[in-house]
Amino acid sequence: MSNSTQPSAPTLELSRIAKTFGSVVALTNGTLALHPGSIHALVGENGAGKSTLVKIIAGLYQRDGGDFTLEGTTVDFTSTAQSKSAGTAVIYQEPTLFPDLSVTENIFMGRQPVKSLGQIDRKKMHTEALSLFERLGVRIDPDRPTQGLSIADQQIIEIAKAISLDAKVLVMDEPTAALSGVEVERLFAVARSLRDEGRALLFISHRFEEVFDLCDTVTIMRDGAYISTSAIADTSVDEIVRQMVGRDVASLFPKIDAPIGDEVLVVSGLTEPGEFHDISFSVRAGEIVALAGLVGAGRSEIARAIFGVDPYKSGTVTINGTRIPKRNPAAAMNLGLALVPEDRRRQGLVLESSVAKNATLAIRSTLAKFGFITSSVENASARTWANKLEVKASALDTEVGTLSGGNQQKVVLAKWLATNPSLLIVDEPTRGIDVGTKAEVHRLLSELAVEGLAIIMISSELPEVLGMADRVLVVHEGRITAEIDRADATAESVMFAATHAEVAS
Amino acid sequence: MKMLSKLIKARETGIMIALVLVVVVATARNPTFLFSPDGFRDLLLTPSILLLLAVGQAIVIITRSVDLSVGSVLGLTAYLTGRLFIDLPGIPIIAVFLIGIVFGGLLGLINGALVAFAKVPALVITLGTLYAYRGINVLWTGSDRINGSDLPSAFLSLGTSSLFGIPWLTIIALVVLVAAGWFLRTQRAGRELYAIGSDPEAANLYGLKVTQRVLVAFIFSGALAGLAGVLYAARYGTVSSQAGVNLELQAVGAAVIGGVAIFGGSGTVWGAAIGAFLLLTINRALPILGVQDFWQRAVVGVLIIGAIVLDRVLAVRQSRKLLEMRDES
Repeated sequence: MSNSTQPSAPTLELSRIAKTFGSVVALTNGTLALHPGSIHALVGENGAGKSTLVKIIAGLYQRDGGDFTLEGTTVDFTSTAQSKSAGTAVIYQEPTLFPDLSVTENIFMGRQPVKSLGQIDRKKMHTEALSLFERLGVRIDPDRPTQGLSIADQQIIEIAKAISLDAKVLVMDEPTAALSGVEVERLFAVARSLRDEGRALLFISHRFEEVFDLCDTVTIMRDGAYISTSAIADTSVDEIVRQMVGRDVASLFPKIDAPIGDEVLVVSGLTEPGEFHDISFSVRAGEIVALAGLVGAGRSEIARAIFGVDPYKSGTVTINGTRIPKRNPAAAMNLGLALVPEDRRRQGLVLESSVAKNATLAIRSTLAKFGFITSSVENASARTWANKLEVKASALDTEVGTLSGGNQQKVVLAKWLATNPSLLIVDEPTRGIDVGTKAEVHRLLSELAVEGLAIIMISSELPEVLGMADRVLVVHEGRITAEIDRADATAESVMFAATHAEVAS
Repeated sequence: MKMLSKLIKARETGIMIALVLVVVVATARNPTFLFSPDGFRDLLLTPSILLLLAVGQAIVIITRSVDLSVGSVLGLTAYLTGRLFIDLPGIPIIAVFLIGIVFGGLLGLINGALVAFAKVPALVITLGTLYAYRGINVLWTGSDRINGSDLPSAFLSLGTSSLFGIPWLTIIALVVLVAAGWFLRTQRAGRELYAIGSDPEAANLYGLKVTQRVLVAFIFSGALAGLAGVLYAARYGTVSSQAGVNLELQAVGAAVIGGVAIFGGSGTVWGAAIGAFLLLTINRALPILGVQDFWQRAVVGVLIIGAIVLDRVLAVRQSRKLLEMRDES
């Protein structure tokens, strides 16, 4: 069907696409060419810019620069409706359907066949839905509501929608993440038949075995930029991984060597069915342990279970020799645990409140005298930490919501450090933060470790993991699949464990 | 056969059965409840104005919003109706109807625009306009009131007379109901209202015109409240600044009792209409059954809570059934 020389003109072509959000650069050079009758893989680390590129294709975002042509003509989509009617279809990891409406209505919403008086022709719609499913070789009752359908079936409905739209370009953003083996096979069969009909498909996945099984071409992205495109037949997993991570990591984050002390946290046999299994590790004073892995591997869930926010079925967590009770974050805090969550805007900060209020939020009971807190006490405590962390706010009564991402993160850190913890868990500490502030957050973490704090750092960014961690624990699908010492940790070794790519070994 | 099983399973059927039961029991106690010209007329006439509000409310709730201002819109339009007849003697009745509908629609447009563009929840916006519209009404009306003698007799008779034994008010309400039901079921725009209420985020990704549709739903609700205001003036003849106070709560109650899910995406105007009938018919039946005034309000409360609990139970059962279907396949 397809071959490595790609003689046909591309259906969709993106070149040098740029996109920034405020001070955060998401894409500097998004380049991609999709050809008819081809399944094209797009791979890259988390944050490489794949999703941004997809959203530009979908019309959700508008590019700041570069060229975007569809079948030879330049397009400027300002809405999803425009992108759709031009012949693109995007299938997201979590399908977006209307749960209350029937399968048929979901497929045809907004463009139902009509008869006289603009009345929807339900019979025709029903017949077309049936024939679509027959063509895809699946059995789904077109009259049932989509509520309660498996993710796999919901994706099939999205695909049916795309076919009925006669989409020329089909983008699948990590479609297999939530599928079982059989379901993946069915999806691939459908994808191949669509390819054979001459459509152009884009397949985004972290699973290299799937990329090699399904795709004929692969484009690699890194840090918002295009790296290379090659035919699958001409490349290897090693080559792809090398290009995905290949950059200078050592110079970015100078880590200060910290004296390693006694074991602070011991986790053993932590299990919650469906989330994580048999998680055992320990963290020593002064040590930074990174939990690496792909987004959705279960790292945040593990952290939340340790802190007592989420439940777990079996296993124990002890800190300084004391058992931390299940599901009791207040007790965990009293025992010296601190958790800086991933979504600081929602879980870590009261955006409408001042810097001082936020920074003292976790120690309000100790600051209070007879149940009252005076603002002078509050400010004194907050100033100590704000100065130490160099929070750039003109005054302590500045509203936190107006600060930059990096400074918000520092306020969250201040809030937790004020509780004087012996173990700090930071989840994606530098997500959405510009490069300069990133380095500052890293310096901070490093200094805290020197002072004897034990730190667990969850991060999806390889350079951060490699630069900061004394030890790397790689989590893959809810299990720790590798424990790598700082000396042995390389981008390749961590990436292999995270993607579980047996193909290469 | 399929039609029959669908009818039995329909959410509206349960409410209909409850309505019939209420009528049967009340009639058994006092036959004039149904079998007298006045009894039959009141049975149809009383809920007609609420029915219009409930239809508008249902459409707004289906899109996952709510319109709490309809009682105030009704009051303002009712007073406007009276003023039109007083200040413009000889104005055609049909013109008053049109002005009332357009005026209500404009007030709805204000609601819709605030909700759609300011991105503030409809609950807050329409709670605000509930007081704002009522305030304008009080300012305008003062201690004045429209009296029956101010209105043309042809207009007043519209509010009480019948065609083949069916009150005109009821006929108008039913025509609106049928049109709204037809629109929601067979038109693309109607189906999109359900889609928007079912998952607004997905509606956006589908490329549906979410803002525009929500705006139209509010204009529709306002226009129906405007129509209801004109009919209110025709039916009661007297309009003070307090006309229609608290009606919005009855309208929401009717929609909820009729099976319109408060989080949008499901329910029909038919259900809301039957809900309006049930709500007001129970109010009239309870005194006949010797239930004290205090308990009458409690019964309405029980009805609303019961309807929501029933909805939850049905939803849980439905999702469990769907999950089983998935495991079997």
